[in-house]
Amino acid sequence: MNTNGLNKVMENTNAFCKKLLVCRNNFKTWVQLDSSNLSDGQQLSVKYFTVAVILFFAQILFGLLAATQFIYPSFLYEILDFSVNRMIHINAMIIWMLYGFIGCVYWFLEDESGTEIVGLKLGNIAFWVLTSAVTVVVLVYLLVQIGPGKDSSLWFINEGREYIEAPRWADIGIVVVMLIFFYNVVATFSKGKWSGIAGVLTLDLVALAGLYVAGMFYMTNITHEQYWWWWVIHLWVEATWEVLVGVIMAWSLMKLLGVRRKIIQTWLYIEVALMFGSGILGLGHHYFWIGTPEYWLTIGGFFSALEPIPLVAMVVHAVYDSGAHAFKNSNHPALAWIIAQAFGNFFGAGVWGFMHTLPQINMFTHGTQWSASHGHLAFFGAYATINIAFFYLAIQHWRGDVWMGGGSQNAWRWKWALGLLNGGVLGMTIALLIAGYEQSFIERAVEGSTWGGYFTAQNHPSFQSAMNWRLFFGGITFAGFILLVWDLLTIGKGETRKAPEIIES
Amino acid sequence: MNEIPLWASESFWKKMAIWVTAGSFLILVVLTMDSLSKTSAGSERVPAYSVINKKIDYQYNKTSHKFMPVIGENELLFGKEFTDEEARQLVDLGKKTTQTKNCMNCHTLLGNGAYYAPDLTKAWLDKGWISKELREDMMVKFLMDPENNARTFGSNRKMPNLKITEQEAKGIIAFLKWMSSIDTNGFPYNFKTINAEE
Repeated sequence: MNTNGLNKVMENTNAFCKKLLVCRNNFKTWVQLDSSNLSDGQQLSVKYFTVAVILFFAQILFGLLAATQFIYPSFLYEILDFSVNRMIHINAMIIWMLYGFIGCVYWFLEDESGTEIVGLKLGNIAFWVLTSAVTVVVLVYLLVQIGPGKDSSLWFINEGREYIEAPRWADIGIVVVMLIFFYNVVATFSKGKWSGIAGVLTLDLVALAGLYVAGMFYMTNITHEQYWWWWVIHLWVEATWEVLVGVIMAWSLMKLLGVRRKIIQTWLYIEVALMFGSGILGLGHHYFWIGTPEYWLTIGGFFSALEPIPLVAMVVHAVYDSGAHAFKNSNHPALAWIIAQAFGNFFGAGVWGFMHTLPQINMFTHGTQWSASHGHLAFFGAYATINIAFFYLAIQHWRGDVWMGGGSQNAWRWKWALGLLNGGVLGMTIALLIAGYEQSFIERAVEGSTWGGYFTAQNHPSFQSAMNWRLFFGGITFAGFILLVWDLLTIGKGETRKAPEIIES
Repeated sequence: MNEIPLWASESFWKKMAIWVTAGSFLILVVLTMDSLSKTSAGSERVPAYSVINKKIDYQYNKTSHKFMPVIGENELLFGKEFTDEEARQLVDLGKKTTQTKNCMNCHTLLGNGAYYAPDLTKAWLDKGWISKELREDMMVKFLMDPENNARTFGSNRKMPNLKITEQEAKGIIAFLKWMSSIDTNGFPYNFKTINAEE
């Protein structure tokens, strides 16, 4: 390339960067957020929330692409295949929820410990390292996609294991970042004061980080590989994540409603006992059909059938406390999303999980759209909702603790966003459930799970119309997401009334 | 008045939480050690990799009331008898390739994965390969060039070309043959194999 051409490229890049800067400044003046309202820890926390929302968008976008491919299989064929879209769909979900959780913890860490975050600088570095790593991983997913059957592909492209596809270099990075996060939590509580919430959080984070390591190894023996793979996936989402949500919920209810700490912490311990008591051995429901011994049918069936019990306890907890305080709270959208969490968690994880957890039923539902139905409602109900509740708490504070109770301006936006998102996900869940039923009957029971049977079920009109409805409700979910982002950016803008003081009672 | 009974007190539930968690985890560790030893390659439930030299079938077992793999006499793969080490290497290549090609985000393996393409647990035994004589050749061709050897069963869904080499394709086939010999507690139910009489 000659120097003229190079100069031109440089000029263009310069102009583009300037434009971007102008856009950013315009956005800042429009959004009118004053970061001096936030403590240092909270400023770090809102960075995590921002990336979480962007990844939430990616989750929905790639979900829509994959859903479209079920109806038009040639759509983006050999450009962005279903496998790529689906991988980004579920990876973006896992990562945005983790970002959300980390953000939540940094948000309340100073308040709960009564002191400043010890390694704030380290925490900031970790944020940028993690975010750059996630960007690189996604770019490789999109542009390189697959590699030859060699170890180097596992290290640098894709490990090809559902939910934890991230290549090994990124695994190591994730563990380092989690250790920094863990250090910040422990060191801050040690410097300030410990509490029941702090204790549960710390032990839960040990388990959460430790378990990830179980999923970092390659094995030829697929039975062993899937055995350890479930240690990560199940013990994350059906045990340690649930407890983490219990911690976040406990702190939020204290702040939002003014529930007494003694009541909150007793509930938290009850939830931990029930959650781990059922969830740890409930892991067995993934060991029915992967080659592991028959005793898992009994152990997995029994303990996983108990898994909904702590979720009932959480509903009782949230609803009872709200009622006991006559729903007097400082942030209506946040409380609404917490109630949505209690019910979404119970129905999505509890009821939908229980429906197909017994081995006699699971024999016919395993590996069908039943799992997708359960997955959609459970991840949304249990984890998306609590993060969204926290986004509202954060934005309220960011605006200077403004009024977000009854009679807020433009309250229709958060209400419609709540309705569209919940309605959209519920609609997808029902559509996928119908598809799953049809698969269980036709592919599994009648045709005996052959390839021919699989496609007979896929080509059936009831399956195909279910896929159409799923895409339709995916669109509703997307509309809800857009409205949610708009609302988060504008709620409380120009509000002059202060939030009411909530006193512990 | 207002005394909190033991069963409703914070300290009781704190201890409960710790004991229940520790106890459950301990049981899980013990069961994990047992399960891993009972499912190592070469165990009763998970045959050695050299099982790819044998005929494999999947039949209903009347005494245990479930479908079980049946391992028969010699039935060589690609006309070659593999030693234990050669078999391990070939299955290993195949397993690794299924991961690096991201098979699991369309297919299910042992029922786990995505639901856009058929389950691979007993793919080696599937009637879709028409006859045992044609099977190996069809599988290699399909894996290396799925677009032109598409098996869509009227669905218009085609596997994309994943640039699988011939050696990798043979590895995948060995891996699928080995996987079909794992005792999966009767999953999938009622599966009629390529060996079954019509």
